[in-house]
Amino acid sequence: MIIFSVLAVFGLAFLAPPLCRLTKEKSGWWLAILPLALTVYFLSLLPGLARGQIQSISYLWSQELGLTFAFRADGLSLAFALLISGIGALVAVYAGGYFGTKVPIGRFYLWLFFFMASMLGVVFADHLILLFIFWELTSLSSFMLIGFEHDREEARAAAIQALLVTGSGGLVMLAGFVLLGQVGQTWELSTLFLRGEGVRASPLYLAIVILILIGAFTKSAQFPFHFWLPNAMQAPTPVSTYLHAATMVKAGVYLLARLSPVLGGSPIWLWAVGGIGAVTMVLGGVLALSQTDMKRLLAYSTISALGSLVMAIGIGSETALKAMVLFLLAHGLYKGTLFLVTGSVDHECGTRDVRELGGLGRLMPYTALGSTLAALSMAGVPLFFGFLAKEYLYEASYKAGALWLILAVLGALLNVWIALRVGIAPFWLAGSKEAELPKKPHEAPWSMTVGPLILGGLSLGLGAYPQILSSVLVSPALSAMAGKAVEVKLKAWHGINDILLLSLLTLGLGVVAFAIRNDLQRIAEQWTVPWGLDTLYRRSIDGLFRLASFQTRLLQHGYLRYYLITIVVAVVGITAGGLIRWGGGALPHLSLDLRFYELGIAIIIVLAGGMAILSRSRLGAVAALGVAGYGVASIYLLFGAPDLAMTQFLIESLTVILFVLAFYHLPNFAQLTPRRERLRDVIIAIVTGCLMTIFVFVASGIQIHPSISQFFVENALPLAHGRNIVNVILVDFRGLDTLGEITVLAIAGLGVFALLKLRIDQRSARAGKTTQTGRKGGDQ
Amino acid sequence: MEIVLPVVIGSLYAMAIYMLLRRSLVKLLIGLGLLSHASNLLIFTAAGLTRSKAPVIPLAADQLRPPHADPLPQALILTAIVISFGVTAFALALAYRAYRSVNTDDLDQMKTTDA
Repeated sequence: MIIFSVLAVFGLAFLAPPLCRLTKEKSGWWLAILPLALTVYFLSLLPGLARGQIQSISYLWSQELGLTFAFRADGLSLAFALLISGIGALVAVYAGGYFGTKVPIGRFYLWLFFFMASMLGVVFADHLILLFIFWELTSLSSFMLIGFEHDREEARAAAIQALLVTGSGGLVMLAGFVLLGQVGQTWELSTLFLRGEGVRASPLYLAIVILILIGAFTKSAQFPFHFWLPNAMQAPTPVSTYLHAATMVKAGVYLLARLSPVLGGSPIWLWAVGGIGAVTMVLGGVLALSQTDMKRLLAYSTISALGSLVMAIGIGSETALKAMVLFLLAHGLYKGTLFLVTGSVDHECGTRDVRELGGLGRLMPYTALGSTLAALSMAGVPLFFGFLAKEYLYEASYKAGALWLILAVLGALLNVWIALRVGIAPFWLAGSKEAELPKKPHEAPWSMTVGPLILGGLSLGLGAYPQILSSVLVSPALSAMAGKAVEVKLKAWHGINDILLLSLLTLGLGVVAFAIRNDLQRIAEQWTVPWGLDTLYRRSIDGLFRLASFQTRLLQHGYLRYYLITIVVAVVGITAGGLIRWGGGALPHLSLDLRFYELGIAIIIVLAGGMAILSRSRLGAVAALGVAGYGVASIYLLFGAPDLAMTQFLIESLTVILFVLAFYHLPNFAQLTPRRERLRDVIIAIVTGCLMTIFVFVASGIQIHPSISQFFVENALPLAHGRNIVNVILVDFRGLDTLGEITVLAIAGLGVFALLKLRIDQRSARAGKTTQTGRKGGDQ
Repeated sequence: MEIVLPVVIGSLYAMAIYMLLRRSLVKLLIGLGLLSHASNLLIFTAAGLTRSKAPVIPLAADQLRPPHADPLPQALILTAIVISFGVTAFALALAYRAYRSVNTDDLDQMKTTDA
C-alpha cells in the first residue's frame, strides 16, 4: 500500500492539469481529496504501528546492482508522512483560492503533487539509492516551484540558486551513501540500522559523516548553506508554506534522524551535527532582526527552527529525540499556519511589510484567529504544542550542558520575537494608517482560511491533549530511532520546575525584545556585513559565466583553418606520442621488390599532387587531381584489386567533370594568405606527411588482431553463393553497411538538388518585403 | 613497393593538409580529394600488398587457393571511394550556393552567419 500511496500522488501530479481545466475555480478542493485520503490512511496505520507492525514492501529492481524498490513505513516515516499529506491537502485547497484562475494553475498543481510524491518517497524509501533519487526529485520540483513566476528575474535566480545548492549537496551526499553502502555492505536502511557498530568503527566513518552531512545541511538550510532559503521566498506563498517551511527543508532533518542510529553517538556527530545546528538556530534568529518582510522573517525563523531540530539530533539523547519529534510536528503546524496567513495578508492587503500592517484583527477575523493560535504556539505559551516541544528541547539541552541550554534559550527568545512580529502585531496592534495599504483589506475566501484555522487549532489541541499523540505517534517514531521499544508519556503540564521558569523567562524577554523592536532593527542593520555567502555564491556564478564566455571566445573563434590546425596538431601529437612510447621496436621486414613501372606510377601521383596544389589555374589543379586519382587506381589494378581500380577510374572521371562544372560558377584562385602563414602551413603539412609515412611503415608490420578476411574467403561461395568475394562482402555479409552508404548518397543527392534548385533570391526578396511592411506597420 | 608507397601516402597527406588550410573554399575541396586518395591508399597498404590475383573464385573451383589479395580492405575502400564522391559532390554544390549567396569563396569572410 505504501508504494501505491507514492505512485498515486505521482499519478495525480500528471492528471492535475486536465483536472484543473475540468473543475476550474473549484480545483483546489477536488485535488485535495487524495492527500486527505492519504492522511486518513496514514492515521489508520498508527494503531498497528503502536503494536509494532511495520508496513514494508520491496520489489527487485536490479539483482546485479543490488537495487530494490524497498519501502518501509515506521514511526519516523509516518510522522513525516502525516505532515506531508496533511499540510499538503490544506495547501492544495489554499492555493486554489490564492491563485484564482489567473495563473496556469494546472502546472502549479503538477509540480506541487510531483513534489509531494517525491517527498513521500524520501521518507518511505528503505534503500539508500532510492532515497537519493526521490531526494533529487524534490530538489527538481522545488526548482520548478520557486521559479513558478518565471517571468520575474529574481524568481528565476532564486530557483537556480536553490537547485544548485541543494542539488550539489545531494551529489556529495550520494558519494557518502555509496561509501556507507560499501562499509555497511547493504543499501537497505533497515538492515544498515543493525550494523551501526561496524560503520562507526570503519576508517571511512569520518568521510561518510562529512559527505552525508553536507547533503543534509544544504537541504535543511544549515549554516553555512542557509542563504538559499530566504531567497527561495520568491516562490508563491503556498510553495513557501509547503516546501520551505513544512516539508522539503525537513528532508535533511529526516535523513539525520534516520541515520542517527547508524552514524550517531560519536563525538564528531555531537559536535558537527549539534554544533552546526546550534549555530544555525541562533544565526537564523539574529539575521531575522533586520528583516521587515513577513515572509523573510518567517524564512529566517525556519532556518532557526531547523537548527533546533538538527541540534536535538546531534545531542541524541532520548529526551533530545523526543524533543525533535515534538518540535518537528509543532513547527510544521505553526509555521505552516503563519506562512498561509502571510499569503492571505499579502493577497488582501498587497503588502507583507510588518511596519505598514496593523489592525487587521477586525478586518480578517478568521485569519487573525489562526495566526494568533500559531504565534502563541511558536512563542511557547503554555498549553500550546510549541510550549511542549520547547520544554523537551530545554530539558535535553539542560542535560547536555550549560552551553547548549544558553543557545537554546537564545534561539527560542528570538523566535518569540519573530512570532510576535509576524503572527500578532499585524492583527492586534494599530499599524500605520489603513488608507496607506495598497489594497483595502477584507477577509480572505473560505479556501484560504480553512488551512490556518485547522493548523492553528491543532497547535492548541495537540498542546493541550498531547496524550493522544504519545503512544500512537511519538513512541513509534522514537522507537524507530532508538532501535528498541520506547514508551513515551506526554503531559501538557509538568508542574512548576526550573524548565518552566526558564520558559516563562524566555517569553518575558521575548516581549521585551518586541517592545524595543525598532531599536533592535536599527542595531541589526548596522551589523549587516556587506559580504556573505550569498555574495560568494553570486561571485562564483558570475565567475563561471565569465570563464565560459572566455573559453568560448578562445576556442570557438569561427576560423575554419584554425579549427583544422587544432585537430591536425592534436592528431599528430597523439600519434607521435604513441609512436615514441611504442619505441620503434623491430621495424617490419620490408621487401625491396620494386618494379620500374610501379615506381613510375608513384612518381606520377606525387608530381600530379604537387601540381594540384601549385597550379594557379583551376582547371590545371583539377586535371592534376584527376591524374593523381588515376595513378591511385593503377596501383589498385597492379595489386590485385580490379574492382577498386574500376570504381576509382569511374569516380575520378565524374569528380573532375563535377569540378569543372562547378568552376564555371566559381571565382578564380586568389592568393589570400600572407607568406608567413603559408610557411607555417607548409611546416604543419610536411610534419604531418612525415609522420604519416612513418606511421604506415610501422603499421604495415603490426597485426594486433587476427584478420577476419579468411572467414569471408571461405564462406563466400557456400553461404552467399558469390564468387567475387569483395562484392559478396559488400552486398551480402556487410549488406546493411552498404544500405547505409546508399542512404548517405541519396541524402547527398537530395542535398545537391536542394542547393542547386533552391530559389534563395526569390525567398530573400519576399523576406525583405515582409520586413519592410513590418517596419511600416511599426511606423504607423 | 612497400618502400615507396608510404612515401607517396605521406606526400599526399602533406599536400592535402596544406590545401585544407587555404582560405579559398575551392582549394579546400581539392585538399579533400587528395585526403581521400591518401586515406584509401593507407588502408590498402596497411593490409599488406600482394601482386597476386584478385579475390575472385574461379568458375571451375569451389574455393579460392592462396595466394590472393585480401578482400576485406578492398570492400572498405570501395565504400570509402563512393562516399567521398558523395561528399565532394555535396561540398561543390554547397560552395556554389555559398558563392552565389555571399559572393565570396574566402572562408574568413564566411565567419559570421549574417550576410
